[in-house]
Amino acid sequence: MRKNQQRSWREIPGSVVTLMGIALILQLAWHANQPRPLAKAEDLGAPPPALALHAASLGDPVFLSYLLLLRLQAFDNQPGISIPFKDLDYARVIEWLDASLALDPASQYPLLLAATVYSQVPDEAKRKEMLDFVYRRFLDDPVHRWQWLAHASVMAKHRLNDLPLALKYAQAIADHASDPTVPSWARQMHIFLRAEMGEREAARILLGGLLAGGTVRDPNETAFLLQRLQELENAEKSPVEPKN
Amino acid sequence: MVAQIMTIGRFVVLEAWRARMSGIIAVALFLALGTSLFVKELAITESGRVQIAFLSALARLAAVCVTALYVVSTMAREFNDRVVDLTVSLELPRAAVVLGKFVGYAAMAVVIGAAAGTVLSPFAGGAGLLVWTFTLILELWIVVAMSLFCIITFNQVMPAASFVVAFYALARSIGALQLISASPLVADQSLAHRFMDWTLDVLAYLLPNLDRFGQTVLLYDDHAHLANIASLLGQTLVYVLLLICAALFDFYRKNF
Repeated sequence: MRKNQQRSWREIPGSVVTLMGIALILQLAWHANQPRPLAKAEDLGAPPPALALHAASLGDPVFLSYLLLLRLQAFDNQPGISIPFKDLDYARVIEWLDASLALDPASQYPLLLAATVYSQVPDEAKRKEMLDFVYRRFLDDPVHRWQWLAHASVMAKHRLNDLPLALKYAQAIADHASDPTVPSWARQMHIFLRAEMGEREAARILLGGLLAGGTVRDPNETAFLLQRLQELENAEKSPVEPKN
Repeated sequence: MVAQIMTIGRFVVLEAWRARMSGIIAVALFLALGTSLFVKELAITESGRVQIAFLSALARLAAVCVTALYVVSTMAREFNDRVVDLTVSLELPRAAVVLGKFVGYAAMAVVIGAAAGTVLSPFAGGAGLLVWTFTLILELWIVVAMSLFCIITFNQVMPAASFVVAFYALARSIGALQLISASPLVADQSLAHRFMDWTLDVLAYLLPNLDRFGQTVLLYDDHAHLANIASLLGQTLVYVLLLICAALFDFYRKNF
């Protein structure tokens, strides 16, 4: 016959039950007297040095690169507190993005964060700082990073209303991203920006050169560019401002 | 009964000595020290602080793991080998068995905590190190009491060890979980969210705030607050008493 595993409740001495009750009440009272945990914003520290990161990656820098980005991305959301991006130290943020990019140069993630997340803050200086980071890193690998600079150019034009900056970025795409895989619209951005800035003559020459060079093969694109060229030529003859 | 408790406690310490616990904890702390020295070499700034942070965290983790696993495994073996059956058949109150075991394991925890403090002593000193070591010992006492309660309740190593690990992880992170739950980011005040919020608050009442024990920041500065130590000591006494009573509750109901 199977032995009963549990004895009766009556076997438990009353002192044990009483002490347990007292201990439970004391625990609840002790906790009730403690202050509630307080959320504290933590400053973003510098990322570890490149050599240390390479050593710590144990031969798998791609994984560590993403880990750094996730740490950075989650930084604005600390337990119990949300830090606005504009309050972050952008020099430090750029150091983290740089560290991640150094570990995995093929990754688009750091530039995506820079161009589309950290550059959206309502602080012009910080926006420019982030767009400048995108520009500098574009120069390291223009063929694979042109899209982020194109985005930066659009941001400079529409968010910052800084046409010279937008032109600088667009011109850099035209100058450095000459690979055929880079779409022609990206390489033509600078022409339309010049036209918008009133540099119609320069824009007309560049557009004419582009069409004459034979690099544009799509018939629709050729027709569109011809139409823009015609508009520029008409605008030069007439004092009326051209439409965009 | 005090003499009986002390006798059982002495045998627990003797068994720990014969099981070469000192060797195991020495190896664990040596590995923690080696890792912290390696990490120190990687850091180019605040290398001393980096090393202390790694060493204290690893030493604490090693101390907690070794203590909990030792308590759970030795008690499980005593249940399986019928040693406990034999002990309770003697003219000995059951409370003396549980209390004696706790006293023995708590003494062992003092040695383990002191060893962890000794490993840290070349890198951090002063009152901060003493307070850190003392609060680590208090933390280990809570872990011992929880391990004892779990093995008496579950009898098996796996469920008991899993429960201790879950308890430790939750007790160390309950403050952060409460903050996340109360965060304005989690703006969705749905019924499920409010229920989770309430559950975390209830859990916080029932758990000790282990994140306040053995804080690395104590090793950086000597501003050890005595009031803080008294508060942690009070929490330890209350929680150990609660766990021992719970263990006794289950032990008295056991049929051998």
